[in-house]
Amino acid sequence: MGTFFHRHRGATPYLLLAPGVLWLAIFFLIPLAFLGYESLQSGLFPSFEFTWQFSNFSDGIRDYHEQFIRSFVYAGIATAACLLLAYPLVYWIAFRAGPWRNLFLLFIVAPFFVTYLVRTIAWLNILADQGPVVSILRDLHILGPDGRLLATTFAVVSGITYNFFPFMALPIYVSLEQMDQRLLEAAKDLYASPTQAFIRVTLPLSAPGIVAGTLLTFIPAAGDFINAALLGTPNQAMIGNVIQSKFLESLDYPSAAALSFILMGLILVSLLVYARIVGSERLTG
Amino acid sequence: MTTIAASPPRARRSVAARTWAFVKRHALMVYALLVVAYLMLPIAVVILFSFNKPAGKFNYVWEEFTFDNWVNWNSVLGIQDAIITSLKVGLLATVVATALGTLMAMAIVRHHFVGRGATNVLVFLPMSTPEIVLGASLLTLFLNTSSIFQLGFITIFIAHVMFIVSFVVVTVKARLIGFDRHLEEAAMDLGANEATTFRKVTLPLIAPAMLAAALLGFALSIDDFVITYFNAGGTQTFPIFVWGIARVAVPPQVNVVASAIFIVAIAFALTNVFWEYRSAKRTRGAT
Repeated sequence: MGTFFHRHRGATPYLLLAPGVLWLAIFFLIPLAFLGYESLQSGLFPSFEFTWQFSNFSDGIRDYHEQFIRSFVYAGIATAACLLLAYPLVYWIAFRAGPWRNLFLLFIVAPFFVTYLVRTIAWLNILADQGPVVSILRDLHILGPDGRLLATTFAVVSGITYNFFPFMALPIYVSLEQMDQRLLEAAKDLYASPTQAFIRVTLPLSAPGIVAGTLLTFIPAAGDFINAALLGTPNQAMIGNVIQSKFLESLDYPSAAALSFILMGLILVSLLVYARIVGSERLTG
Repeated sequence: MTTIAASPPRARRSVAARTWAFVKRHALMVYALLVVAYLMLPIAVVILFSFNKPAGKFNYVWEEFTFDNWVNWNSVLGIQDAIITSLKVGLLATVVATALGTLMAMAIVRHHFVGRGATNVLVFLPMSTPEIVLGASLLTLFLNTSSIFQLGFITIFIAHVMFIVSFVVVTVKARLIGFDRHLEEAAMDLGANEATTFRKVTLPLIAPAMLAAALLGFALSIDDFVITYFNAGGTQTFPIFVWGIARVAVPPQVNVVASAIFIVAIAFALTNVFWEYRSAKRTRGAT
């Protein structure tokens, strides 16, 4: 063992790393620096100047705090919904599905095999005003005669829930699957009821999966703009919609860059708060 | 008389009661299957509406069954070029990212060196950054260096390699950690040099992980919209094409292509499931 490391000491690891690290440095880190540089510029397209324009940040928060709050609320609700849908499902797959486990895991990732935009558009078909879901809900008087599902907050949040569901389900499955079944038997031997065994044994042991799943769902959900664009109206616009349109439609790069940084900062802050709640050792795994 | 009249509803009630008892006893399974149904519903809709013959330009309401969309899948202007671009980018980016990522994973798992922690962070960061920020920041780089990078195929390729690499590293790393180094030592003890050991021992052992990483990378690439949208310029991949046409009306041909991609992916995955099932059976039989 020692000789093995000895033989490979020196430049080898750096040579192995060099191409990948360079790629990430040039096309991930340096762009972030450019984004920072851009966020402190002022002027109108195409002549921006670097002027330490910190007001881009304060203006961004002032003008778009509504969209920021909405993004985090939508992402939060969708993450909670994903957890409620995913946990019982993967619990059943891990402990009850027997030889069908892998097949059911395939069902979880199957939505990923349909192009993101196309599966979101499929929800347009399902929730359409002339569609079956709306007509059933109208017949049951859950929706009014003119009630609709499309272009509502419900549509956007359920779109986000659906699109990021596998990110929640898979980590929880992994943590449940690794669980030592004998622990549950031990709990039973010590007179724990099934509920107690679940709360005291299964749930704590699957916590790392829940934490990872929450992060993997929440982070992309907070930056999403496709669901709001396709299933919602400007009233459901999230911060991603604002950044996207400023970058690609109104060509207001400095403001868009500042908003991107605020988004990253807010996500970082919520990660830190989350880490405080669940304990930081669980975040880093 | 009364008993006869009363018996059918009682029978029905007992069926309902029995169903209810079943649901209660198997509540978890019923819930799980309902969630699976929810996951499958949009997929079923996508496939179903690929066979629809829409009355107007909107393909939202079921009208009539037809194979025409599958036969004339490329009759919509631009769709064929978009798919070819998607496949080209996917293949190229996957090959490059798999190579870069595998090398990085080997360095991280098998060597102790200064900066290992920092490298781990560098790999982790792109995965935990919202896609929109990745796309936007790359766009600012390309805009500020427009003499070197013109938006188009090459910038899409660069962007895809960038976000796939991290996933490759994570996938290959997981495999390398459980790797028995004694096999390599044995090969070297038997007189193989490093190159031969790598070719004959290391590579065959990590090949499945590389393949898994490559498939994942390809799937990510072909599905990516956000990052591509920022850096595509005028070039269209399939998701960009869908986005553009979604503002007008989505033709059923889009469903055809999405269904075809889905079927190919599922075929790969099912083969894998079947394979694992069989090898699991075989190992069970062996022990």
